[in-house]
Amino acid sequence: MSTATMAGVEVRLNDEGFFEDPQQWTEAMAVEMAKADGIDTLTDQHWTVLKFMRKEFFEKGTGPTVRVLGKTSGVSVKDLYLLFPKGPAKMAARIAGIPKPKGCI
Amino acid sequence: MTKRIVILGGGTGGTLTANRLHRHFKHHTLQGEHVEITVVDQDDHHIYQPGLLFVPFGLAHHQEIVRPRQAQLHKDIQFVLQPIDRVDTERDTVVLEDGRELAYDVLVIATGVGLATEETEGLTGPGWNERVFTFYDLAGATGLEAALAEFEGGKIVVNVVDMPIKCPVAPLEFCFLADWYFTERGIRDKVEITYATPLDGAFTKPVASAALTSLLAEKGVHLITEFNTGEVVGESVDGESPKLIGYDGREVPFDLAVVIPLHSGAAYVGRSEGLGDDLNFVPTDKRTLQTNAKPNVFAIGDATNVPASKAGSVTHFEGEVLVDNIIRFLDDKPLDSTFDGHANCFIETGFGKALLIDFNYETEPLPGHFPSALGMPLLKESRMNHLGKLMFQWVYWHALLQGRDIPGIGATMPERGKNHPESTSHDTEELTV
Repeated sequence: MSTATMAGVEVRLNDEGFFEDPQQWTEAMAVEMAKADGIDTLTDQHWTVLKFMRKEFFEKGTGPTVRVLGKTSGVSVKDLYLLFPKGPAKMAARIAGIPKPKGCI
Repeated sequence: MTKRIVILGGGTGGTLTANRLHRHFKHHTLQGEHVEITVVDQDDHHIYQPGLLFVPFGLAHHQEIVRPRQAQLHKDIQFVLQPIDRVDTERDTVVLEDGRELAYDVLVIATGVGLATEETEGLTGPGWNERVFTFYDLAGATGLEAALAEFEGGKIVVNVVDMPIKCPVAPLEFCFLADWYFTERGIRDKVEITYATPLDGAFTKPVASAALTSLLAEKGVHLITEFNTGEVVGESVDGESPKLIGYDGREVPFDLAVVIPLHSGAAYVGRSEGLGDDLNFVPTDKRTLQTNAKPNVFAIGDATNVPASKAGSVTHFEGEVLVDNIIRFLDDKPLDSTFDGHANCFIETGFGKALLIDFNYETEPLPGHFPSALGMPLLKESRMNHLGKLMFQWVYWHALLQGRDIPGIGATMPERGKNHPESTSHDTEELTV
């Protein structure tokens, strides 16, 4: 675990840079993280995905997989990869301040 | 009065549940009431699914791994051969495709999962069943047997499109067996084997993933991780070889592709109001196996969304808790919430050897011995594990489906015999679907 300062606030991150506490997250932090990841502007479509991921996480306890995102977020899998080129489920989860979606068994 | 238990699906979970319930109610009445058990399936072919892995390598044949479903059920259990249209949980009724209706007091969903080949662009296009195969159904496994026999060299890619899949170790076993098969044929040096997975390692859990990743490397299998298959191009286009294209743009060329397609729950689940999730899996309590849909609806095996492997061993262990809970439910007693997610899988590694892994919701597969310190080696190749895997087919037809307990292998995961790593940080981490 480490800490980082985002949008002027100290937050706790795990070894892979995911939020330890999703409640610490703010939209301003998302903008900062996205920039660091090469996304200069978060478009409405980005926000749709980020907000959907947080909603799913708080309802179900885990972020959705790419496939579920493509089926239910209103954004196709192809477009998800254009929005979050480094892999939508992981990259969007990190920017949305939720834990890495857990793999299946 | 008669109490009616309807079980949808006559595979591993449905059959063992029906036979266990039948055995119980033969000896016990339910407050004087008669209990009637009905199993519904759309076909009469019960496939021993672990056998599908062996078919492509000529180690098992079609006739050996398929038996009639009804013959696995006690003769007093009714068997209805008909596709299911939907479940109406408000009316406690199953509607069959021919319009017939089956009313129930307790319903068990045991219809497993299906292959959603249509969801991957190009998968069933040109080249399908010629140089693009799956071994996850009988037709595919049989077609692959012929294709492998004719294969004289080139690139083979084994690709998992996305999780969850049935038996998550089977694609790895396919790689190990392919290494053995081409070595035996004397052309291993002419065959390049690649494993492309959406996971960030060979397997989902850290200790087993590290062991299996080393084993792939030892056997000369290339590993491509975090690969999400966007499209399968199954024929040469403009002089370029057939290839998989990832959503991130990466390309994996092949001469023969073995693809494990997306899995979804049964289509009728999607047509049944309030029963399934977005992928037609049935949201189910992971400890009691009661569904979220309604208290009198239970689920078992691959059909559920519980965070355990989709595997026959899990289904077998679930059966004990499930049957106990159906009896408790009918008796108005509180449910037993003891299912621990126990899974136990042999991993065939070729050359007459196999690994064994044993784990549950909380404890990942660890080295050691099963079921105790003097038992079979865990997470380590051995001939004994291979013999165990071969013997299991007999156990499946004669003990497991009949709903009998298998001596020495209980529903709850044994803790003794397992060597925990020094850092136990992973043990408490629960992996979910």
